[in-house]
Amino acid sequence: MNGRNGRLAGTAASLLLTLFGLVFVTFFIGRVMPIDPLIAILGDHAPEDVMARTRVELGLDQPLVVQFGLYVWRLLHGDLGRSVMSSNLVTQDIARYFPATIELATVAIIVATLIGVPLGVLAAVRQGSVIDKVIRVVCLAGHSIPIFLLALLSLLIFYATLDWAPGTGRADVAFEGMNPVVTGFLTIDTAWAGDWDAFYDAWAHLAQPAGVLAYFSMAFIARMTRAFMLDALAGEYIITARAKGLSALRVIWRHAFGNIAVRLITVLALTYAGLLEGAVVTETVFSWPGLGQYLTVSLLNADMNAVLGATLVVGLIYMALNLFADAAYKMFDPRVR
Amino acid sequence: MKVEIANLTISFPSPQGMSQAVRGVSMTLGAEKLGIVGESGSGKSLTARALLRLLPPAAVVTADRLQFDGIDILKASERDMRAIRGKRAGLILQDPKYALNPIMTAGAQIAEAWRNQKKGSAKEAMQAAIDLLAQVQIRDPKRVAAAYPHELSGGMGQRVMIAMMLAPDPELLIADEPTSALDASVQAEILRLMEDLVSRRGMGLILISHDLPLVSHFCDRVAVMYAGRVVEELAAGELVRAQHAYTRGLLDCLPTLSHPKGRLAVMSRDPAWLA
Repeated sequence: MNGRNGRLAGTAASLLLTLFGLVFVTFFIGRVMPIDPLIAILGDHAPEDVMARTRVELGLDQPLVVQFGLYVWRLLHGDLGRSVMSSNLVTQDIARYFPATIELATVAIIVATLIGVPLGVLAAVRQGSVIDKVIRVVCLAGHSIPIFLLALLSLLIFYATLDWAPGTGRADVAFEGMNPVVTGFLTIDTAWAGDWDAFYDAWAHLAQPAGVLAYFSMAFIARMTRAFMLDALAGEYIITARAKGLSALRVIWRHAFGNIAVRLITVLALTYAGLLEGAVVTETVFSWPGLGQYLTVSLLNADMNAVLGATLVVGLIYMALNLFADAAYKMFDPRVR
Repeated sequence: MKVEIANLTISFPSPQGMSQAVRGVSMTLGAEKLGIVGESGSGKSLTARALLRLLPPAAVVTADRLQFDGIDILKASERDMRAIRGKRAGLILQDPKYALNPIMTAGAQIAEAWRNQKKGSAKEAMQAAIDLLAQVQIRDPKRVAAAYPHELSGGMGQRVMIAMMLAPDPELLIADEPTSALDASVQAEILRLMEDLVSRRGMGLILISHDLPLVSHFCDRVAVMYAGRVVEELAAGELVRAQHAYTRGLLDCLPTLSHPKGRLAVMSRDPAWLA
């Protein structure tokens, strides 16, 4: 029992340390950049005395260490400061933009997993066959074509040429702001409100960016699954399982796949984290108002509070999903319990 | 139960063309204990695995006859093979550390083998698994049934393997170097256990090993393999009358306690043996 508490304490300590490191690095990178945050706020024609007064008001005249201490102090109170661009609290901005990214990333990872894992297993079981080669080509394309190109091609084909999908953005102008925000996920909020036209519109808008991200992630997931499965299928215990007279399905799924599930969960968790951190390029191409776009625009405008806040959220997600993968490891693999 | 092998060849594609690993092996086996002895690469494991059709996918198998109790293994469907594997013939591999599924408890793995042939509920299967563990002389079968392979010693793991393969009451047991990964003190125990169970159930046994004296001690007949061929086959008691130079050479290389030698003989291989 004691060892367990000790381990928990150790995990918590290392998490806190990681988080502190993250704040530290992002903060100082933000501050040593040769950008004067005042220009972003006041413009470059502001008089000297206004500049000086604002500098003092924002505490920017203080030594960096003091500024950092102040930032951490506010952070501990849930205050990420104010965004210069939107003049909202950064926490409000994130609460507004993040659901769009979660929605996009979640749909993408679900589709990618449901397609990628079976494809990977199939490729491994039929190693060297035509199916394996076809899957390899499909995955190689998803993996090696730059995602901005995929996104543009998708727009060109499904929007501009075939006109199957609506254009960019999250919803048609006609539906924007029509339904109350409950969860921030349009696909849920519209259904909640019973506005089925808007519901359909939300899914239609989601389909393209989610499809592009899903294809990209699916390619990676399938390749990893294939590699893991080949490794597992070469195990002696597979021969044992077959010698027991088990069906091929049971050998593949219970014995081989059972042994790779843990490693696969780690891959899926990190892929999901990657998507959540804001698929910056995809969100930009599809004008998807998510965290990635927020981060990009903030960075281009030297809106350092916004950048810092968004980066922290991304870091937290990574850490949380890592923690989840670790927990899954302990749950599914008796050897590390 | 009768196993008949006539002129079995197993080859693998290689950059230099097909390379033959087993080159015309013939043997028959009833409810008896046959030992197959040979060095690494002599084809003894492949020969045994061909019987269950558990060879690597790249293997190309030909034979005038390869039959298990009248079933033509070369032509049998995968479904027919599954009726042989486990149910009628079990296979014990060398190292339980790798041959047992690391994420399933010992009990679950035995129960799975039992249930696969005998059907029945999960509860019955687990009870059967515990009974089987007791049969392989594990003192605390309940605890071992709940243990994962990494929590078991090598000897225990091999007992679990034996219990698992005996679960469906097969007629033939193929043991592929079942004791090579074990401590010397445990080796004899495991072999004795296996011999005892096989004799009591009237099963056939194929014991593959590179340990000639050990095999001759536990088996009725011994087949000596070299470079993909059976070079000699004789009753275990007649080992001293072995004719083939390879067998003689193997015997000469053995140190004994009763007749100490100053310097052990080294095998000198005659290229003619390969022909």
